[in-house]
Amino acid sequence: MIEFPWASAAIVIPLAGALLCGVMSARLAAVVASVSSALTAMAVAVLCWRVWNVGAFVESLGGWGAPLGIDLYADGVALLMVAMTTVVGVFITVFSLGYFRDAPDSERENSHSRGLYWSLWLVVWAAMHGIFLSSDLFNIYVCMEVVGIGSVALVAMAGSMALRAAMRYLLITLCGSLLYLLGVALIYGGWGMLDMQALGPVVEATLASEVALAAMALGLALKTALVPLHFWLPAAHANAPAPVSALLSALVVKASFYVLLRLWIDVFPAIDKAAAMMVLGVLGTVAIVWGSVQALRQNRLKMLVAYSTVAQLGYLFVAFAPASTVAGAGVAWHGVIYFAVAHGCAKGAMFLAAGAIAAALGDDDFSSMRGRGRHLAVPLVAFALAGIGLMGLPPSGGYTAKWLLLTAAARADQPVVAFVVTAGGLLAALYVFKVLYYAFARPVSGSGSDAGETGEVQAIPTTMMVAPLMLAIVAVLLGVWSAPPLHLLDIGLPFGEALGPGLKP
Amino acid sequence: MTTEMIYSATSTGLIGLGFYALLVRRHLIRRLMAINIMGTGVFILFVSLSARGDGELDPVPQAMVLTGIVVAVSATALGLVLIRRIHAVTGSTRLTPGAVVSDEDEL
Repeated sequence: MIEFPWASAAIVIPLAGALLCGVMSARLAAVVASVSSALTAMAVAVLCWRVWNVGAFVESLGGWGAPLGIDLYADGVALLMVAMTTVVGVFITVFSLGYFRDAPDSERENSHSRGLYWSLWLVVWAAMHGIFLSSDLFNIYVCMEVVGIGSVALVAMAGSMALRAAMRYLLITLCGSLLYLLGVALIYGGWGMLDMQALGPVVEATLASEVALAAMALGLALKTALVPLHFWLPAAHANAPAPVSALLSALVVKASFYVLLRLWIDVFPAIDKAAAMMVLGVLGTVAIVWGSVQALRQNRLKMLVAYSTVAQLGYLFVAFAPASTVAGAGVAWHGVIYFAVAHGCAKGAMFLAAGAIAAALGDDDFSSMRGRGRHLAVPLVAFALAGIGLMGLPPSGGYTAKWLLLTAAARADQPVVAFVVTAGGLLAALYVFKVLYYAFARPVSGSGSDAGETGEVQAIPTTMMVAPLMLAIVAVLLGVWSAPPLHLLDIGLPFGEALGPGLKP
Repeated sequence: MTTEMIYSATSTGLIGLGFYALLVRRHLIRRLMAINIMGTGVFILFVSLSARGDGELDPVPQAMVLTGIVVAVSATALGLVLIRRIHAVTGSTRLTPGAVVSDEDEL
């Protein structure tokens, strides 16, 4: 009997849902989107269960194997990213149910575009699964373009104030993808195949492969918003509708980073990359400091959270420095993946909480938050829990990830990296507390008695309260309960050795 | 050999030209065109790859270029719609609201 193609199902289910939503009224589309979110989650759960028990496996799309067809490759790393996408995705769907239910103002568009919202969101979800599960370089390009175009359209749904941000985002994402495609062309020209698993052993260090890696790394760093290529991110992420902000900051940037990581480890093991890795490490350090400082200077909640993403993405690149050494590589790569997952959950929760707060207050200025914190208890608790994850305090998932990064830094004998990882946590604490300070500060005297003190806020739907809180709890649980995901990560491990007994939780 | 060099040189030239224009130009339609020129450069590289080696043409790069063209058309359409909306809302065709310039400069 032929095995049911679960990896394909994880891509096909949201895609089918998207097609259905495109031709339906908004009310029906919300139902279809909820059902296909649930079905996707089930498919991904089965997929995880299968990889857990059977190990990494290759699945040929439609029965056509590589090189003619497209192979899907499900190993621990891919599965962990897919699981992150699905967990965050389910909560984004739940949040969106409330967010798009009543559409009073311009930011929440008319009923037609709400049906369109579900369609676009499910397409982006499906394409992200495609990126994570595909082992074909060109297929990854197509999926990246689908994610990019879908994300731009979603940002533009926020209305006139987001148009420029959406346009800049479109130019950036197209440019990044083309640089990646240039690399794909050079690889195909040199070795005549596109399958990542097959390319790894045969690609040599030639001029063509070095140019290919450079072009792809530049394009993907642009899409991942590595400082100094981050200039497009804050406006796009902060001006998008709330669930879209969460989607972009938590998931979309991780997809391009994941491709970079796969190329780095799977496709180009033959090229000596030590110098480039130190450069990426330095840029990551700059990102952490610059992003955090900028976050502190913002006076809008969503802008602060967006700059925090710039800072947190720095950690993903800082880890390249210890990963360039033999001693630190294995632990550093584990730390990077775990950080990506932990940040995905925490940042998703934080943007959803910020969206709930902004919806309740009418805008997301810090000045309008003053003294109204007690009316916003649930979203603020979610925000604080997510903040714990970003700071890397125990017992959150961020703590586990940072602990792995610190271990890698110690093994690689790079005290600067250890310092940066620690200091970044302190900076994150500063900007998280800035938000909490404004929420619980007394209203400005004078205007206090009428607007601030009574501080009536608009009632927000229950789903918008529940989704960020639950997701924040998941982000914390990733620390308490880190053994299973780390075990999953070690299945079919593409990099270095598995975590040693002393490092296993 | 010479054919291959002509293709590579054309492709490199187009990619460089597009990238330069993307960075330097301010008018959004020009920037979108710059992206398209970059894309064409990459597609030419792909097309030239199918003629490599002796014997029959390799169809895979051509299939990839076809897919790439579909992607480029969709992206360009989305870009043009966005530019029209930006122009309708702000009256400008730039990303940064700058000083008013002459029509010639605007282009």
